[in-house]
Amino acid sequence: MATTIRELAHHALTLPQALPLDCGTVLDDVVVAYEAYGTLSPARDNAILLCHALTMDQYVASSHPMTGKPGWWERVVGPGLTIDTDRYFVICANVLGSCMGSTGPASIDAATGAPYAMRFPVVTIADMVRAQMALVDALGIEQLHAVVGGSMGGMQALSLAAHYPERVGRALIIASAARHSAQNIAFHEVGRQAIMADPDWQGGDYYASGRVPTKGLSVARMAAHITYLSEAGLTAKFGRRLQDRDVKTFGFDADFQIESYLRHQGISFVDRFDANSYLYITRAMDYFDLAEPYEGRLAEAFRGSPVRFGLISFDSDWLYPTAESRRIVQALHAAGAEASFVELSSPFGHDAFLLDSPELWQLIGGFIGAIR
Amino acid sequence: MTPLRSDLALIAREVPAGARVLDVGCGDGALLAALRDGRGADARGLEIDAANVAAAMAQGLAVVQGDADRDLADYPSDSFDIAILSQTLQTTYRPDRVIGELLRIAPRAFVSFPNFAHWRVRWSLMWNGRMPVTRELPVSWYETPNIHHLTVRDFKGFVAERHLAIDGAWYLAGGQAIGAAGANWRAEQAVFALRRG
Repeated sequence: MATTIRELAHHALTLPQALPLDCGTVLDDVVVAYEAYGTLSPARDNAILLCHALTMDQYVASSHPMTGKPGWWERVVGPGLTIDTDRYFVICANVLGSCMGSTGPASIDAATGAPYAMRFPVVTIADMVRAQMALVDALGIEQLHAVVGGSMGGMQALSLAAHYPERVGRALIIASAARHSAQNIAFHEVGRQAIMADPDWQGGDYYASGRVPTKGLSVARMAAHITYLSEAGLTAKFGRRLQDRDVKTFGFDADFQIESYLRHQGISFVDRFDANSYLYITRAMDYFDLAEPYEGRLAEAFRGSPVRFGLISFDSDWLYPTAESRRIVQALHAAGAEASFVELSSPFGHDAFLLDSPELWQLIGGFIGAIR
Repeated sequence: MTPLRSDLALIAREVPAGARVLDVGCGDGALLAALRDGRGADARGLEIDAANVAAAMAQGLAVVQGDADRDLADYPSDSFDIAILSQTLQTTYRPDRVIGELLRIAPRAFVSFPNFAHWRVRWSLMWNGRMPVTRELPVSWYETPNIHHLTVRDFKGFVAERHLAIDGAWYLAGGQAIGAAGANWRAEQAVFALRRG
């Protein structure tokens, strides 16, 4: 399965220069796979960089080459839509460490001729952003009109605005945070331990073995998926309803609809995602804390920033709760940066930013389209 | 564009061009938009209602969802030239602290509020013995957001007590400016320009 992932053809750029990483390593021949929509204006001032979440990819508005499913924001990005590709040049790149064409643990290490596996350096959110900015450079774009992202994409958008304030006009951060909380790290650790406990993981060197840690990755996905939903949402969608049966089996089959649903989420995930990428990307999120270099004073990361910031949270999102967005807003105020913030109401938890929400879309459209 | 509410139009005229302005309780951002477009102001807002914030954000205004009683503490001192509190003072839990915060965040503030000593209000209380429902106070006692009613005289007393300075005062009735004489009887709304004392 992981082999199939590696063999897909993606639109990609090999970075002309080595990429320095936060861990101190320098990575050569980094590939950044990306999708682009719309046309770059002659003034090169209409580019929007979309940053994807943990398990997503660059196929934001086009069918996924493996699953055939529509893009994750296909209702948002396109001609005449909220992020109008008749007007904007929209770029979405697969993050460094992922498995949809960009360099990651499944890529071949030129030094050994074998996949990096766990020899891949631990990357950070800032490293992912650095790789994307190298792509932006290669496309000849000096300043992005906007950077937009939800969840881990929001972390990248924040990081980009903090590290490259002169290179982006506005940053929209949806259902995200300036640091990963202890609870979020804890859930990630459960997922990683599930992967590493799978005998098929083989210390990460499973690529040539014909065995991949599908069970571990699937359990990791199941645990994570719960965190993307809300109790109210789960109750409304599944309640205690049984799956294709009238009575309990007094066994450990998926009696309940929610069990069946989670198992399906787990199984379908392993077909499209590399287990080692899951380890690396969750680690990058865990390491994310924009205030760390400033001894916890987040405002220092945005001091004098000319970027216009927009933040949106959802009231039922307990993974990236409103308090995290408020913390960013407080820091932006203290830094004198321009900020907008609203908490939207939704029963769907963290996943709300990916679901059909005209209220959210109107906000996105207004924020990125407004004249300064 | 719908014309600005009369107290907002008055405040908009008084704000100098290019000022950094914080509108506390900015609603859907009507004043912010007027200040941005007409005055070239760096105008930002704080608003409690999510639908209002969304409407303002969709117009490209910098508005943060929050509560004047709690969230003004997040703004650094002197981060704005002017703070505005229009028709919001009487809805706050601690109006005295909110005004203190306004004049910490900015050296000058505009505050507008409905005058509870207007003769219609007095009449209603006097003759009907009931809480008034008037043009400026259109909601019954049990659902009004106004929890700290005040009068022009109350406000002036508060300002004196706190040693704040009044740079200007304007009075409105029926949306029109009226003179200061007998304002505590005649004004439906009052607008004060305050300065740190």
